[in-house]
Amino acid sequence: MSARILEIEDIKVRYSGMPVLQGISLHVDAGETVSVLGANGAGKSTLLRAVMGAQPAFAGRILFEGREIQKLNTPDIVNLGIVYVPEEKMLFSPITVEENLLLGAYVLKDDERIRANLAFVYRLFPRLEERRRQPASTLSGGEQQMVAIGRGLMSNPRILMLDEPSLGLAPVLVDEVLDTVRKLKDEGMTILLVEQNVREALDLADRGYILQTGRIVGEGTGAELMASDEVKSAFLGL
Amino acid sequence: MEILASSIVAGLLFGMVLALVALGLTIIFGVMDIINFAHGEFLMFGMYTALLTSQALGIDPLLTLPLAALVGFLLGIVCYRGFITYILRGPMIAQLLGTFGLMLLLRNIALLVFGSEDRAVHQGLLVDKSFEMGLGIIVPATKLAGAGLSVVAFIGVWLLMTKTRMGKALTATALNPQGARYMGISTEKMNALAWGIGGASVTVAGALIVNFWPVNPYVGLLFTMIAFAIVALGGFGSVPGAFAAALVVGLITEIPGFWDFLTYTLEMDWMYDVPMTSFKYMWIYVAYFIIMVVRPRGLFGWKH
Repeated sequence: MSARILEIEDIKVRYSGMPVLQGISLHVDAGETVSVLGANGAGKSTLLRAVMGAQPAFAGRILFEGREIQKLNTPDIVNLGIVYVPEEKMLFSPITVEENLLLGAYVLKDDERIRANLAFVYRLFPRLEERRRQPASTLSGGEQQMVAIGRGLMSNPRILMLDEPSLGLAPVLVDEVLDTVRKLKDEGMTILLVEQNVREALDLADRGYILQTGRIVGEGTGAELMASDEVKSAFLGL
Repeated sequence: MEILASSIVAGLLFGMVLALVALGLTIIFGVMDIINFAHGEFLMFGMYTALLTSQALGIDPLLTLPLAALVGFLLGIVCYRGFITYILRGPMIAQLLGTFGLMLLLRNIALLVFGSEDRAVHQGLLVDKSFEMGLGIIVPATKLAGAGLSVVAFIGVWLLMTKTRMGKALTATALNPQGARYMGISTEKMNALAWGIGGASVTVAGALIVNFWPVNPYVGLLFTMIAFAIVALGGFGSVPGAFAAALVVGLITEIPGFWDFLTYTLEMDWMYDVPMTSFKYMWIYVAYFIIMVVRPRGLFGWKH
C-alpha cells in the first residue's frame, strides 16, 4: 500500500446558500491517477476548488499527506505541492508563453530546478517551445491548454489536479491532451482528473469516482466503473 | 521662438516629473482596480518629508529622497493593511468613498501637524541656479534635476516590475488574481506591495517637486487630478502609457506659454487681454474631458 497523498473526508460546500457538495469522501494515493466523473453541475470543479481553499468547505476535513489543510489559503496550499489546473485555464494572456510557465514555478527558489522543469515541459509540449516568445492569448485553444498544464507542472507538484483538460477541444486535441496525462501518469505523477470524457478518463485512471448532484454514487477501478450500471445509464447512454 | 522652445522644454520636463506622480496611481489601479483619491496626499507627505528633513538636518532636499521613498512605502503599506484591505470586501462605492475619506484624513493630519501655511525650500544646492540650454532656453536647475531623477526612478520601478520575480508576481496578480493565487502568489501581499511601491514612487516625486513648488496641506488635490488625467489618457493600469501621457499633460500645462508665443507672433490686440495663465490647469481638465468622450480606453488601452 503506497502513501496516501490526498484524503477528503465528508466535505460539504455551499454556494450562495445552495448545497453543492453534500458530504464527499475520496482519496488519492501516491502515484495513482484518480478520475472524478459527473455531469455538468455535479460539483466536480467545486470539489477541486474546495481542496485549493478557493471555495471553502463548511464541514469535513481535507488532509494532504496526513495534514489538515481545509483552513489554509490558496497560496499556502500551492506551497505544500498541490497544483490545480483550472477549467478556465486562467492564463496570463498578454504575457508570453514562457513567462506564463515561469510563473508556474513561483513557489520554487532554485533556478537550476526551474530551468530543468522548463526543459521538461518543452519536451512534453515541443509546440510550446516554438511559441515561447508569443503572448499566450495568440495561441489556439489546445495550445493554451498545454500552457495551463505545463504551468502546473513547473513547480514539481506532489499532486496535479486537472479540471476538464479536454473541455472545448477538437477530438484530435482531446486525444493529444489525454495522451499527455497518460505520459505524466507513466512518469509516476499523482493525478486527480476531473473529466466529462468518461471512456477515456476511466481508461486512463487507476480508480474513479462518480459524482452526482454533490454526492458520490459510485467508485471503483476504471474497469469496474466502465462495466457498472451507473456509468452505463448516466454517461454512456447504454 | 525662444518662448515656444522654452515652453516645450518646460512642458516636457514637468511631464517627466508628472510621470512619476502618476506611476503609483496606475500601478495600484492595475493590481486591484481601485482608484486612490488620496494619491496627491501621499505626494504632499513626500514634499513635507523632504522639506522638513532637509531643514532640520541642513542638507539639500535631494538627499532626502531615500527617506521620502521609505516614508511613502510605509505609508502605502499601513494604509493598505489598516484600511484598504477592509474596504476591498465592500461594494465599489465603498472603495471610492473610502479612498476619498483617506484623502480627507491624511490632509487633516497634515493640517494638524504642519499647519496650513505655505512652505517652500529656500536653500539647497540647486535653488536659484539655472542652466542655459542654447536657443535662449533657460531651465531652473531644480526642475532639470527633478525631471532627470524622476525618469531614473520611473525606469527603476519599471525594471522592478518587469524583470524581478516579485514584479512578475505583481503583474500576474494584476492580470488575473485568482490565477496568480493558483501559482502560490498571495493577493494580499501583492496588493500591499502595490501600495508600497505606489506610495514610494509618488512621495519621491513629491520630494523632487518641493524644490520648486511650495507645499501646504491642500497641495495634493491638484496633483491627484493631474494624475487622474494622465492615467485616463495613458490607459488605466498601463505603465508605459502613463509615461507618454504625462509628457502630453506636461505640454498641456504650458498652453499659456504657447498662447504667449502666438500672441507675439500674430500681434493681435485681443490676445493680450486673455488671462491665459489664470487658466493654466483648466486645460488638463479640458483634455481629460475630451479623452473621456473620444477615447475612454486611453492611448494605450486598459490593462485587460
